[in-house]
Amino acid sequence: MHLAYPAVLAALLFCVGLYGVLARRNAILVLMSVELMLNAVNLNLVAFDVWLRDTLHSGQALTLFTIAIAAAEIGIGLAIVLMVYRNRGTSDIDKLRDTAETAGEDHDPDDATEAPDGPAQKAEAAA
Amino acid sequence: MITTTSVLAATGPGFLSPSGVEIAFLLVGVVTLGAAVITVTTKQLVHAALWLVVALGGLAVEYLLLTAEFIAWVQVLIYVGSVVVLLLFGLMLTRAPIGRSPDADSGNRPVALAVAVAAGAALVWVVVDAFRHTWIDLEGPVQGSTEVTGRILFQHWVLPFEALSVLLLAALVGAIVLSRKNAAAAEPGTTGGPGSAGEPGRPNPGRRTRTPGRPAKETRSRPAQEAPGRPPTADPSEPPQKEQR
Repeated sequence: MHLAYPAVLAALLFCVGLYGVLARRNAILVLMSVELMLNAVNLNLVAFDVWLRDTLHSGQALTLFTIAIAAAEIGIGLAIVLMVYRNRGTSDIDKLRDTAETAGEDHDPDDATEAPDGPAQKAEAAA
Repeated sequence: MITTTSVLAATGPGFLSPSGVEIAFLLVGVVTLGAAVITVTTKQLVHAALWLVVALGGLAVEYLLLTAEFIAWVQVLIYVGSVVVLLLFGLMLTRAPIGRSPDADSGNRPVALAVAVAAGAALVWVVVDAFRHTWIDLEGPVQGSTEVTGRILFQHWVLPFEALSVLLLAALVGAIVLSRKNAAAAEPGTTGGPGSAGEPGRPNPGRRTRTPGRPAKETRSRPAQEAPGRPPTADPSEPPQKEQR
């Protein structure tokens, strides 16, 4: 089999996942897109392992490790999303802007913590 | 481009006359890619999770075609079996709307599309240019059977394997710590009634200390107050949406 088939498929899947991470608004949909990107990497690892005929089969071992780490990541990520939803009432990542810098704000970190509009922004972010 | 493909057809096993495995890989790849695109573009959140099943199952078939049997079944078990179920539970617990939700995509969608198309074009160009003349030899002994994978995993990779089990344990403990209700922050005054949820829109530690019986009661009274299926982003001053958990 031509090596370009799995490599191109992995690249395209990775870019689909990249689009999803950048364009989605719900945090769980972002996690789904991250899963797509991880799977693209797994396909690359398996294809190159089969191509190189590695005696240690490092590609397949790394794929298993990546799958396990992805499972751990999705567990922790969902726990974080659920906690954010419990505290804020939303899982919309566009509204979680507590650490964002607004355009007109002074960028001095000492002033940023003492800024008078800080509580108002927090209330807006919590809404 | 035509000259390069003709040269390829002369040198390699045949670029223009693909083998059966290549045709199968291509067809399953098209299905996988289409399911992935639908996953990241559909407006229905639950459908996105279900299309993700198709994409991940298609990838398992691709692993089978690459003779990596064990990885394929692990993919089916872990991803299709548990990760998608976890995602569906997450969608359920964050009250994702069942129907079409107009705000599934954020405002920077054109920028995201531009970035993804640019990255995709660059990656595909580089990859095709680099691996034009390389061929995977799928003949010979199977490289990814359970026997081979088990032997290499427990002979050469046993130490990372054990370290990975510690990482999984840490992730388990972390998820439990993150998602359990904080009993230390219990306030006797705020657990009294539904109206005592504190100021609206404010993170309230007393909110997380509900007894297990109360959310069920509020779930029943909830459709009367608000249209069902709406995400709780509309009105922050609704107390029940934050008392769910």
